Amino acid sequence: MSASQGAAGQAAAYNDDVIRKFTAMAVFWGVAAFIVGFYIALQLAFPVLNLGLEWTTFGRLRPLHTSAAIFAFGGCVLFATSFYVVQRTCRVSLFGGPLLANFIFWGYQLVIVLAATGYLLGITQGKEYAEPEWYVDLLLTVVWVAYLVAFAGTLMTRRESHIYVANWFYLSFILTVAMLHLVNNAALPVSFTGTKSYVVWAGVQDALTQWWYAHNAVGFFLTTGFLGIMYYFVPKQADRPVYSYRLSVIHFWTLIFLYIWAGPHHLHYTAAPDWLQTLGMTFSVMLWMPSWGGMINGVMTLSGAWHKLRTDPVLRFLITSIAFYGMSTFEGPVMSIKAVNSLSHYTDWTIGHVHSGALGWVAFVSFGAIYFLVPRLWGGTGRLYSLKLVTVHFWVATVGIVLYITAMWVSGIMQGLMWRAYDSYGFLQYSFIETVQAMHPYYVIRAGGGLLFVLGSLVMAYNLIQTAKGRISDEEQTAAPAAARA
Amino acid sequence: MAFKHEKFETNVILLAIGILVTVAIGGLVQMVPLYTMEQTIEKVRGMRPYSPLELMGRNIYVREGCYLCHSQMIRPFRDEVERYGHYSLAAESMYDHPFQWGSKRTGPDLARVGGKYSNDWHVLHMTDPRAVVPESIMPSYPFLARKELKYADIADHLRALRAVGVKYTEDDIKNAVADLKMQAGAGAGDVRPFTERYPKAPMGDFDGDPKRITELDALVAYLQMLGTLVDFTTFKPELARR
Repeated sequence: MSASQGAAGQAAAYNDDVIRKFTAMAVFWGVAAFIVGFYIALQLAFPVLNLGLEWTTFGRLRPLHTSAAIFAFGGCVLFATSFYVVQRTCRVSLFGGPLLANFIFWGYQLVIVLAATGYLLGITQGKEYAEPEWYVDLLLTVVWVAYLVAFAGTLMTRRESHIYVANWFYLSFILTVAMLHLVNNAALPVSFTGTKSYVVWAGVQDALTQWWYAHNAVGFFLTTGFLGIMYYFVPKQADRPVYSYRLSVIHFWTLIFLYIWAGPHHLHYTAAPDWLQTLGMTFSVMLWMPSWGGMINGVMTLSGAWHKLRTDPVLRFLITSIAFYGMSTFEGPVMSIKAVNSLSHYTDWTIGHVHSGALGWVAFVSFGAIYFLVPRLWGGTGRLYSLKLVTVHFWVATVGIVLYITAMWVSGIMQGLMWRAYDSYGFLQYSFIETVQAMHPYYVIRAGGGLLFVLGSLVMAYNLIQTAKGRISDEEQTAAPAAARA
Repeated sequence: MAFKHEKFETNVILLAIGILVTVAIGGLVQMVPLYTMEQTIEKVRGMRPYSPLELMGRNIYVREGCYLCHSQMIRPFRDEVERYGHYSLAAESMYDHPFQWGSKRTGPDLARVGGKYSNDWHVLHMTDPRAVVPESIMPSYPFLARKELKYADIADHLRALRAVGVKYTEDDIKNAVADLKMQAGAGAGDVRPFTERYPKAPMGDFDGDPKRITELDALVAYLQMLGTLVDFTTFKPELARR
């Protein structure tokens, strides 16, 4: 089954307007999320940057950063790509027409703005990655149902006999995120005219529900959704069919089955029951296999087309993202082993792990898809303004990620070891604040890595704006046509 | 093979049902026993719901995102127990909506910070952390001492929490405002009904400004009771999980 089959055939009038809107907002929220991330990284190195104001402390900006990165940037990328893929692989226009599509777009932007302004004002549920309060949760539920209707409706009205593999992944992402969102955010408002609510789960049960949610926000929002991107855009950009159909079937079902069990590895050695921790660890280790099944299927799609990596920086983004996916889905199972986790938990190692996934996998595969989409949606040239700038973006961002994750490995492992160090008299060797002090140089390096990532994204934004204006850079106009494939 | 995967690839409803069944199993197996197994939460003496002032302080703790840098979960390791105190029990967060175990220790664990420092230390530390710990990277929170605590709707908070399972009595709800003032040193009359409702609750003027009840009063009251409720001199781990 080839991804190219969807794009062929008679031209249905695809709804590209909503894809353009989501793509533009993905770039905007992406740059915003990276800048906030850079700023809060600086705050950890230089606390004076908290400014002593209630709206600018790390505690309020950190949810702004994570939500902007995951739900605003990642969410808009998923909406844009899923609407692009589902129309082309089903050869029909988006179900529900422009009205439903516009409702989804504006509804989702409203969710983002309400959540973000709420964080700055201190309106939060206090659950990581599920910070928005009850009224935003309700609005998101309505938007999400509309999304499911538009996506599944398009699948149902398809003019292809089979549902293309990318759509299985998108569908599992939409359905599972709905389930996670509804259960984890079950809450009772103090008053229907106020913002504050109390979540119905308490203590150890809330802890499990929260990490069942949060780990699978990673599993289904940031993994299966973006695997949907991989399964369409990698074959398209490489102009090769997906490596193995059988492997895609096996790794799809095993991935979604195993992922759900992995949440308790966030609760190792806590007051959560031991049986739960062991179960979570076991499934997390098993999860390595289907994750690498997906990686192999993505990377091997390049069979016979490896030479394209030399000339196509967009393909380089896509393939590097899969390499990062492979790396972080190996690191994850290692960190879920209780003995390793006893050291890594509560430290920067976790932060580094998250960012090798978020920057290396999610953001890079998104950049690849965005570089694919923009010349096809705007400008009329069908080509990017400058492939050279894509290469610049690629290397600046890659060096940024490497600085980021290596700094966090060193600081995380070092702090974990310092906490448990004893001197020759049998006393704890370091006070807590000494371990904080030791982090300073690594926090500066991390912020430097973040700055590079921000700069790279600004280069991308400039390149995309020029592309949308229909411009071609000077060196592109003289380049050989084979190298100019975008 | 009798069943071909093609059926999933040609039928959206079947594919959706297949996905939902597959992703539901793991969560159900892990969550349902947590509510039905009695050993999940230890039987201990001393746990009680938060007093109104502590609850308001806890809400400020949540509002400021303290959990993003401070855990409230001491693991059963030698170094953690020596640094922070007895490892945390599930029972100690039984009234926590939401739980605040956290996932990162940019700052130290706070599960047993109650009683470790004086009120004055907390006031100084919240206003300007580097005045008491020069190497600290914590944001300063000078605005907490300036902001009056809004507690007119405190009874509604207790009512909402009772609806989700916290054992507040009708008496607790009726006296919520009076209890809050009493704990903050601005109450009148007999103190005993309050101390009977909320044993071990720290009392007094926390922020050094007796004229007003500020957000800092509430936050310090919360910090000063953290991890102090369970009496560990009588706690027997081998008996607690029966």
